[in-house]
Amino acid sequence: MGKGADAVRLSAPEAYSRHRARNMGVLLALCGVLLLAALLSLRAGSYNTPVLELIRGIAGRAEDNSVNIVVRNMRLPRICTAILGGAGLGVAGVVLQSVLRNPLASSSTLGISQGAGFGAAFAIIVLGAGLQAGGGVTFSNPALIGLCAFAGSMAVSVLILALSRLGQITPEAMVLSGVALSSLFSGATTLLQYFADEVQLTSLVFWTFGDLGRTGWDEVGIMAAVVSAAGLYFFFNRWNYNALESGEQTAVSLGVNVSRLRIVNVLICSVVAAVVVSYVGIINFIGLVAPHIVRRFLGNNYCYLIPGSALMGAVLLLLGDLVARNVVAPVVLPIGAITSFLGAPLFLYLLFKGRNRS
Amino acid sequence: MMTVEHLNFSYRCGRQILHDVSFEARSGECLAILGNNGAGKSTLLKCFSHILKPQSGSVRVDGAELLTMSHGEMARNVAFVAQNPPASHLTVYDMVLLGRKPYMKWGATAEDYRLVDGMLSALGLEDMAVRPMDRLSGGEQQKIMLARALVQQPRVLLLDEPTSSLDLHNQYEVLSLVQKLCRAQDIAAVMVIHDLNLALRYCDRFLLLHGGRVHAFGDASVVSTENIRDVYRISARVCRVDGIPVVVPVC
Repeated sequence: MGKGADAVRLSAPEAYSRHRARNMGVLLALCGVLLLAALLSLRAGSYNTPVLELIRGIAGRAEDNSVNIVVRNMRLPRICTAILGGAGLGVAGVVLQSVLRNPLASSSTLGISQGAGFGAAFAIIVLGAGLQAGGGVTFSNPALIGLCAFAGSMAVSVLILALSRLGQITPEAMVLSGVALSSLFSGATTLLQYFADEVQLTSLVFWTFGDLGRTGWDEVGIMAAVVSAAGLYFFFNRWNYNALESGEQTAVSLGVNVSRLRIVNVLICSVVAAVVVSYVGIINFIGLVAPHIVRRFLGNNYCYLIPGSALMGAVLLLLGDLVARNVVAPVVLPIGAITSFLGAPLFLYLLFKGRNRS
Repeated sequence: MMTVEHLNFSYRCGRQILHDVSFEARSGECLAILGNNGAGKSTLLKCFSHILKPQSGSVRVDGAELLTMSHGEMARNVAFVAQNPPASHLTVYDMVLLGRKPYMKWGATAEDYRLVDGMLSALGLEDMAVRPMDRLSGGEQQKIMLARALVQQPRVLLLDEPTSSLDLHNQYEVLSLVQKLCRAQDIAAVMVIHDLNLALRYCDRFLLLHGGRVHAFGDASVVSTENIRDVYRISARVCRVDGIPVVVPVC
């Protein structure tokens, strides 16, 4: 008997219910992977302790007090930073791709990373917030570097929005403005580097590599507040992004104020990316690749794509950090490079697998 | 019923596209907007769905002024089907559910799902509910965009060249569906259409635009040899086949 004859004919509501259940299953599976990655990350490190003891350490109830200290002061903030940073970059990426109608859009396409890079370079080279001479890899004034990086990122997005207000608010104009400003800020960073001394250059390069270990609970708290508030706002707008999927004119006819949606969302994405980048350093690839990976499994409905991109971003950054810390331990490799090394082959595999199938 | 009075539209550069356009579309009837390329047909349609903002004039739907409505309120009164269906990867069900967007607060309700189920069933689209839009034929996509517009429960349905990318079979099927559903649900359909014979077959009244002005407005008699010559600059004869008027260009 043929395969088709066995197939049960489903009514539209039944078929759609199954489709929704399948998508929810994918999201739950991603939650599972995230949890597993978090446990692995909790376990990774020179302090070799049983997992149960480490889990007790989260609540400060491990028998060995040093486990409590390591877990609560070092490993947990690092895991939370990876989850929040990855989720923030992933969700900002998927929203930017929607409102700018461009599959290549991400916070780095808009020049936010380059703005942050310039801000950090300014803090390190001009304001002297670089490495302490003779010390380890620590910055003399990390708060100032973070603040300047945030200011640099926001300067780029405010400039893009101001430029787009001068002319038509087209997605192409915004992306091209972003490319032009990226180039401008990269050039400015290069000029600053030209006049920097060795210590300043080292600290700038180290900052640019990205590091999840720079954050304490205060920074994690700020990231959690910004990423969750923005995530809720994005999720509330999920049907507006779906409307944009059916074309700009149709979206307007469905009651979406497309220009306002575009401006407000670019601004919120910029704030999210700027906060993450200023604390973690430059991690380019997650915002671009996480949404495309989950699209392969969840389709283009933003009801699933938004939580999916946040989860995938968090998984990629957490796994990236795990690899970065363990490949040549005790040396910690640059997280920005590792996420690209992990994400790019996975992305290419899914891209060509999907193309061959279609 | 939609009443349009003294509508004027010009682009930022100053070029005026629509001049003092006035007409009305009654509930349950199909109205064809006819005219040559550049006459302002699509521009007129876009003025009704807040895509373009007219400089002056009034558009009332059942007495309420459409041009000053909020975007959401406009979308509950008027649905728009664009010329080309989007190359979207959304599923058919999601695309139709999108028509309930103007009514959603936190998300889709049980009533929204019930309406979508009913519409998919009525249009025979149940089998393709979870298929992505970009895997369907042009005719199927246009039917889904029509279903999306109808679950919007509009008073006026605007269609911008709904048959331009369809084969003969799908052209007749889609327009027959529009006619049937508009009559059944007492909706006014206003469509821009290039094929005069399709317009004569399925529409009740006709608005002939020429240079952004109303050249003629009325029943099938306005699609006359004289008006076709004035608007399209061609000679044509209007004959009847089985009681239906047919335009035959004469070279």
